[in-house]
Amino acid sequence: MMAQATKEKSSYRAAFEVMQAEDARCLPAWLLRLRETAMERFEQVGFPTTDVEDWKYTNTGAITKGAFAPVAADARVELGADDVAAFLAPEASSRLVFVNGVYRAELSATENLPAGVVVADFATAFAGEHESVLRAYLARPSDPEVDGFNALNAAFLREGALVYLPKGAQVSAPIQLLFLSAPATQTAAVFPRVLVVAERESAATIIESYASTGESRSFTNAVVEVFVGENARVTHYKVQRESEAAFHIATTNAELERSGVYDLTTITLGAQLSRHGIGVKLAHEGAECWVDGLYLVGTGQHADTHSLIDHTSPHCTSHQLYKGILDGKSRAVFNGKVFVHKDAQKTDAQQSNKNLLLSNEARVDTKPQLEIYADDVKCAHGATVGQLEEEELFYLVSRGLHTDLARNLLTYGFAEELVEKIKIESIKRQLDEAILNRLHARLEV
Amino acid sequence: MLEIRDLHARVEGKDILRGVSLTVKRGEVHAIMGPNGSGKSTLAKVLAGHPSYEVTSGEVLFDGKNLLELEPDERAREGVFLAFQYPVEIPGVSNAQFLRLAYNEKRKHLGEEELDPLEFKDLLKERAQIVEMDAGLMSRSVNEGFSGGEKKRNEILQMAVLEPKLAVLDETDSGLDIDALRIVSEGVNKLRHADNAIVLVTHYQRLLNYIVPDYVHVLYKGRIVRSGGKELALALEEKGYDWIKDEAEESQPSAASA
Ligand SMILES: Nc1ncnc2c1ncn2[C@@H]1O[C@H](COP(=O)(O)OP(=O)(O)O)[C@@H](O)[C@H]1O
Ligand SMILES: [Mg+2]
Repeated sequence: MMAQATKEKSSYRAAFEVMQAEDARCLPAWLLRLRETAMERFEQVGFPTTDVEDWKYTNTGAITKGAFAPVAADARVELGADDVAAFLAPEASSRLVFVNGVYRAELSATENLPAGVVVADFATAFAGEHESVLRAYLARPSDPEVDGFNALNAAFLREGALVYLPKGAQVSAPIQLLFLSAPATQTAAVFPRVLVVAERESAATIIESYASTGESRSFTNAVVEVFVGENARVTHYKVQRESEAAFHIATTNAELERSGVYDLTTITLGAQLSRHGIGVKLAHEGAECWVDGLYLVGTGQHADTHSLIDHTSPHCTSHQLYKGILDGKSRAVFNGKVFVHKDAQKTDAQQSNKNLLLSNEARVDTKPQLEIYADDVKCAHGATVGQLEEEELFYLVSRGLHTDLARNLLTYGFAEELVEKIKIESIKRQLDEAILNRLHARLEV
Repeated sequence: MLEIRDLHARVEGKDILRGVSLTVKRGEVHAIMGPNGSGKSTLAKVLAGHPSYEVTSGEVLFDGKNLLELEPDERAREGVFLAFQYPVEIPGVSNAQFLRLAYNEKRKHLGEEELDPLEFKDLLKERAQIVEMDAGLMSRSVNEGFSGGEKKRNEILQMAVLEPKLAVLDETDSGLDIDALRIVSEGVNKLRHADNAIVLVTHYQRLLNYIVPDYVHVLYKGRIVRSGGKELALALEEKGYDWIKDEAEESQPSAASA
């Protein structure tokens, strides 16, 4: 058994050694060291198993045994602008496109940005004046709690996206970061990394998209870090619609300075197994965050969301609304913790998770948690799991709507609150279609 | 148009309708009155096809078709409409969106062109005037946060849009103040014509001053115990239901224990 585990790890180790040797001369030494430390950490902890409380309901065995190979930089897939067009948010005027983890300059657009704003892939950033930004934020002392997936992402930290907003910069059009999985000769493991640094009083909207061009059985292991400066505002959409054969493990960590605002909306439609770990630290007074999301899964899909909203300072506000729609034989996990530290007086924290089960075979495990150590706070949380209301259904049907259409309309009504929150038309439309497609699938049966 | 023959129905194992017979012809307005709990709403729900209500015997013909064989949505598309006593709130589904879908389902059924959202908006605006409904309510969720009166108006607005052949209005007058009652009644009168029929379910005579029925029936303990013209409603207003109850107990001593 030990030998088995060692062998799996060493397949990553072999790829790691090759990568380190390749990069020895072109990447900064601090990065090579950071990766080495991370690789050691990964070898120490391995992938989490269901024995770990946080992974109780999500079995990553298929990833461990999956024989995924970190894609080498030269394993390029032929993909043109036409193939990519369907995945682009037309609202965005700048974008970085990565295919199987590899940056594709010819598919990207980084003009049209206000002076001083940087939207660049890491290779470009390492070579330029913003190397110091990467160094300052990426090479921070690593969290001892970092799990195997995070460690592996750091070990393979090579390609990624830097979004840097200098003080006062206002970027009105959204910035899209698109990570595409395309069928390749090997079942690819890719390690996207995103760093967003919003200096004081800056503002921008980031669309982080994950999609597949085919039915690829890929493994995406992404880490996104967002630093929101004083009075800065970052609006962040994460849209995951990878193939239903894909594995998607992602971590989003955000840290907010005084009166910073972070508004995250996540849409989970794809992957056979997806896990999104979210950590938002309200580190200074007056910071405010929204952490909202919708997961919509069907037969064969498993979607897990784990979030920690960490109130370490007074007068901060957090809002969290997660909704789940589960059809067929699907499974979802929601675990949301709001942690209010002793000094975080006047915290206002709201958290809610609502689930709609469209089939008797769907299952959800939800656990909203409040841990409060301050005494003057306003906190509320709750979770619901329900089915479509028979009386609502009858009301619609009694007006002549076919049962399927009525069910669909009620399902849409359940999600509406979140759909309405989305300010990007193309994302909204995708979501509408995703809900509608489920109806068509049912009508065809 | 509607022929109910010796209808028996139960809900949650309890027999509620115990032999209702009623014939409604095109162009007629029938009022069904009766004390609370006599089965008026049950009759309305059975006609609309609510799944909780089980028909144990009897038959219902609608334009010669066996109504009870049709699914609730088929009944609606055939032209049966129920204005609910307690309209349901549906969060997240806009009135306009829902009504357009319902309207288009019916158009499709009749082999007519569907209306796009803009065309439908115009139609809805025009029909909303019939019940003096604020068009702003149309972009809001179905009945959500509506006052009691707005909910009832919304039911009649739906009737105005869907133009049913048979409309069953269940206590549409309850919870309305006198102004709203007048508006809603005038709306219903505008929708009344020679080709459709209306069944008004009401507890009070008040509504019938505005919408004058051709026939009045009294439902008591699941049976129609008395039928007459509009003067029957006036007699009920004057004397209450007690004399009807007494009469019914005398002529049907087994009714209570059946
Ligand atoms: N869904 C239901 N479940 C249980 N009992 C019901 C239900 N609907 C009606 N009933 C019962 O049937 C009887 C008749 O009710 P209803 O048809 O609402 O009368 P009415 O409309 O004349 O006041 C009452 O005793 C009521 O409690
Ligand atoms: Mg009633």
